[in-house]
Amino acid sequence: MSRVQNTLIESVRKVVGWVPERWLPGGTPDPLIGRHGAVGTQLAQLDGPQKVRGAARFAAEVPLEGLCYAALVNSPVTRGRITRLDTAAAEAAPGVLLVLTYRNMPRLGLVPLMGVTNLGAVGNSALPILQDDQIRYNGQVMALVLAETQQQADHAARLIDLSVDTAPALSDFQAAKPEARTPASILVERNEQSAGDAEAALRQAAFSTDATYTTPGHNHAAIELHGVTAHWTGNRLVLHDATQAVAPTAAALAKLFGLRREDVRVLSPFVGGGFGAKGFWDHQVLAVAAARMVDRPVRLMLSREAVFRMVGGRSPTEQRVAIGADAEGRFTALIHTGYSVMPPYSASPEQYTLGTRSLYRAQSYRFGQKHLDLDIVPNTFMRAPGESVGSFAVESAVDELAHAMDIDPVELRLRNEPETHPLTGTPFSQRALATAWRQGADRFGWDARSTMPRARRDGEWLLGMGCAAGNFPYVRMPSGALRIRLTRDGQATLSTSAQDMGMGTATVQTQHAADRLGLPLDAITFEMGDSDLPAAPVAGGSSQTVSIAAAIAAAASKLTVELLRLAGNASPLAGLRAGEVRLAEGGLVCIEDPTRRETYGDILTRAGRDEISVTETGAPPLEIFKYAMLSHSANFCEVRVSDVTGELRVTRLLGVFDVGTILNPRMAVSQLRGGMIMGLGMALSEEVLFDERSGRIMNPGLADYHIPAHLDVPEIDVTWTGIPDPRSPLGARGIGEIGITGVAAAIANAVFNATGKRLRDLPLTLDRLIGAEGA
Amino acid sequence: MNPFTYRRATTAPEAAAAAALPGHRLLGGGTNLVDLMRKGVEHPETLIDVTGFSQQIELTPGGGLLIGGAVRNSALAAHPQVRRDYPLLSRAVLTGASAQIRNMATVAGNVMQRTRCTYFADPAASRCNKRVPGSGCDAQGGFTRYHAILGGSSACIATHPSDMCVALAALDATLHLLGPDGPRALPLSEFHRLPGDTPHLETELRPGEIITGVELPPPLPAMRSAYRKVRDRASYAFALVSVGACITVENGHFAEIRLAFGGIAHRPWRATRAEAALRSGPATPEAVEAALKLEFAEARPLDGNAFKLPLARRSAAALLAQLIGETA
Amino acid sequence: MAMKPVTFTLNGLAKAAFTEDGQNLLDFLRRGVGDMAPKYGCGQGGCGACTVLLDGVPHLSCLTLAETVEGRRVDTASGLAGATISPLQEAFMDRFAAQCGYCTPGMLMAATALLAKNPRPNRDEVIEAISGNICRCTGYEPIIAAILDVAEGRVGA
Repeated sequence: MSRVQNTLIESVRKVVGWVPERWLPGGTPDPLIGRHGAVGTQLAQLDGPQKVRGAARFAAEVPLEGLCYAALVNSPVTRGRITRLDTAAAEAAPGVLLVLTYRNMPRLGLVPLMGVTNLGAVGNSALPILQDDQIRYNGQVMALVLAETQQQADHAARLIDLSVDTAPALSDFQAAKPEARTPASILVERNEQSAGDAEAALRQAAFSTDATYTTPGHNHAAIELHGVTAHWTGNRLVLHDATQAVAPTAAALAKLFGLRREDVRVLSPFVGGGFGAKGFWDHQVLAVAAARMVDRPVRLMLSREAVFRMVGGRSPTEQRVAIGADAEGRFTALIHTGYSVMPPYSASPEQYTLGTRSLYRAQSYRFGQKHLDLDIVPNTFMRAPGESVGSFAVESAVDELAHAMDIDPVELRLRNEPETHPLTGTPFSQRALATAWRQGADRFGWDARSTMPRARRDGEWLLGMGCAAGNFPYVRMPSGALRIRLTRDGQATLSTSAQDMGMGTATVQTQHAADRLGLPLDAITFEMGDSDLPAAPVAGGSSQTVSIAAAIAAAASKLTVELLRLAGNASPLAGLRAGEVRLAEGGLVCIEDPTRRETYGDILTRAGRDEISVTETGAPPLEIFKYAMLSHSANFCEVRVSDVTGELRVTRLLGVFDVGTILNPRMAVSQLRGGMIMGLGMALSEEVLFDERSGRIMNPGLADYHIPAHLDVPEIDVTWTGIPDPRSPLGARGIGEIGITGVAAAIANAVFNATGKRLRDLPLTLDRLIGAEGA
Repeated sequence: MNPFTYRRATTAPEAAAAAALPGHRLLGGGTNLVDLMRKGVEHPETLIDVTGFSQQIELTPGGGLLIGGAVRNSALAAHPQVRRDYPLLSRAVLTGASAQIRNMATVAGNVMQRTRCTYFADPAASRCNKRVPGSGCDAQGGFTRYHAILGGSSACIATHPSDMCVALAALDATLHLLGPDGPRALPLSEFHRLPGDTPHLETELRPGEIITGVELPPPLPAMRSAYRKVRDRASYAFALVSVGACITVENGHFAEIRLAFGGIAHRPWRATRAEAALRSGPATPEAVEAALKLEFAEARPLDGNAFKLPLARRSAAALLAQLIGETA
Repeated sequence: MAMKPVTFTLNGLAKAAFTEDGQNLLDFLRRGVGDMAPKYGCGQGGCGACTVLLDGVPHLSCLTLAETVEGRRVDTASGLAGATISPLQEAFMDRFAAQCGYCTPGMLMAATALLAKNPRPNRDEVIEAISGNICRCTGYEPIIAAILDVAEGRVGA
């Protein structure tokens, strides 16, 4: 977040730019790209049987002897000081074992915030946890009650008597704007960037659009609630957690509680959806502290309301997008600026302008974001942080310009496709957005769209079509470690602490390992979700698949060296070096002379070994500095809008994705479609109702925070360009987040096409369409 | 949840007797009450399960239907006679909640359900005159999307959330009650009160009274009826506005018209003014327009729900136009 | 708090267990009986993850008091598979309909009740039957497809 960081990153980018390609990861394309093996097949989800039997044990379901149950009391006010906290009645209630408040909570340090300058850190909040009498946001934990049963804990929590000396709070978005901060950087990018005089170019442009777009707060709303089961044995801690960051959580807890890292074990084999929410929050710390104090295993599962109050969501944004164009539709100016909420104790800058920076070529640019410091539960990363809401603004603006110029919106976008990264001139590793546009327009029947709004009707329903692009950067995390253990019977076990929130990580990496090691699928076991395994980084930024893939590739290279050493002079492979063999057909094969080969079993048997084990870390992700690496999508949408009520129904959605190699089509379709539906929810109904008078969230439940239900979901068509990225492991880029991007804009643009009404505020609810005309 | 005792009542008089006792509440499907207990809005000491009787749907001597208070919403919606003679009731029930909730919720419980005002549901932090009379109303000036435009007061702007009751109001249904003074009947549209200064008094139910059933009058010959619900999500959401209507048209004139709205008032809103203006008059869009204008003349929309005024009028006009078209 | 005995049938087996005053069926099944298949997702009937069958009819166990199941039949996803998994479960696996797996047990029970009542539902009937079950991962389509696979005899015929 600092100027130092900007200088450092820009220096790395410069140096890496000079370094010859072949020295860098991805400089030589992964040999598995384009090979027809297990990768690319529809292998069924390996943990499917447990899930359909209802036998997958989630974190708050692990059976333990002597388990006790926790309930929380959350602050009903936003700022203030506790003046009275009477716990006597709660302590005297049946079954109560402990009431934990700031008075008896162990004194703990602060949790370091996750961020690009501290990749090992995992904190979502830098605020103290039950350490003093200060209230800093509405919903902050005031007390934890531990009892023999959940019923007893919930009941006793109600008996705590809390009085607060309230203090003025900052909870008004507009009122906070004069005090907005301008950070030096947004993640790894310099925040304020410009080229030429964009404002002047905008004023002089033949055609232009300049408007403000707003998006509300969003909640991840994973169906599994945040839950932990914490268990101490002496000085050793085991935490069953629902987390996207297994190893970093173990490291954070070790540091916080003064333990050796190896004395903390975090287990998270199943996570019931994450989307950015399943990080490190107060509840893990509270459960661990409580378990230590009563010396019994503790289960703490947040209520749905508590998830809304204690686990931050996506920040609201107010964005300005302005585009100037010449008579041919070439962009002469592109401006994207705005405000979002990010208190200093939060980790997430909601990077809504980053996607725009590489999306279009223009003659001048201006980008920058400002942060508002409100007293809120720390906002955090949620599926496609930044790009999800940023694409709504910029892709609405492009549609506005296209309409003003009477140019087809697909055509206008094609005219402004950049050849290289527009700001840095860096080459794209692979970008086929134009292909996606053409493929999508054809598949969707885009030519049936009327260029005039309100031109198509079916009874009271106005019909319209819209489109929008989306993009999301390729991210590969540094320092992901993985172990491969090969046994004499030709079985391989791959182990890493990584996490699976439902994406099918173990399944696709089993496919990958089969190809990488030249083994059949049933010879591979993939272990994960356990911090005792080699440490993997957080699953975020759609980075996990390629990060693990790089670690497998690195470990396989090391394994090759070790196996050749073990093979020795009696082997047909004698004298060969690592670069001269490949792993295939259950062993090592000489590339030049495939008759020189030996199986893993034979190598191990001759060496008198039962097994061989190597652990390696993926190469540092320097490819991201050498190339502009991003996934793209072209979204198409058809809507019906009631001319009577303003009700909006999306009837068709198509996403064409340019995301590199598809590793498992069946799972990829689901991941991408799930992302699109979250985009649909963002467009239609999702909104955290934050009462600016009180600083309190007023719809903390699934009955009032409306995520799409079956009937909201139209036919969704998902397809892809299928072009591998030559610079990434397996040619893949992440697909967890790209699905959501661009969808809301495509829907808003279709609404304009249907009704002639331009909606610049999400969600696109019917009141915005029918207004409030007089009686 | 606070501890409480659970008991089953096996007859209506037994339930009515129990209902008179302090701290006692009647439990139907529990879909609303159990949720409010979990939220700390309701704190009964004893729950009386009343699902064990009044479970029948019977034909009345006059040719109407008597629906037991404990009939589940799903059974009501699926009943062949309801579907044939009172399709708007079936439709209204099916647009409410989810299949699971309809399987659980009872007819009497649906009538008795409480507002979904989010400030009402937040006892930890929000003021509400329903929960604590005289404490104030945080909904005023807050999120009022689901709040009243008609019949509200400075004390309360909550709405009654039921879909079923809107259809029942349009059908001229009568509630059958049983209390210490014996049985009595009350038109459904007079059962729910407007908030005034006493929003905590929501219905005309007297202490010790229970709802034993709902009676539908016999269907009118050549009656057309429909229910339209407008909401933020295509399923599984409460109405922003809903409209139920029954009409008969003779010679281009309304012989009978009954019109009711949901989502706009503290009770299912029977549009008596509009009905009176239209009854016996020409069944034309202009007449409908004028009548609706009259009905909403005293509407007091707020910043957050001003859209409901055009929404309610347009939805009703479209629904009536559709029904008039069907009778043509 | 008083403990009361409840006897009922769980997945075809007679069960007797004690419930606390005010305990809901979901907590009773999970903590009291140890059947973790029904999931806690919202506690207010907003997600359907806790769906179980009461006498064959889908109910939300989070809003059902444990005492009310006295003498009744309760079915959960734990009881769907015998020695092998059921066709419906197989279809869910084949279609990748159980992504994170958390909404799955509730979804399976809603679908089970549908297929018992209407073995050949069409797409609209499937959607209606499971519209009280929220899924945040899959985008629903694989779930609909899996249920239709069973209805149309493509699995476990």
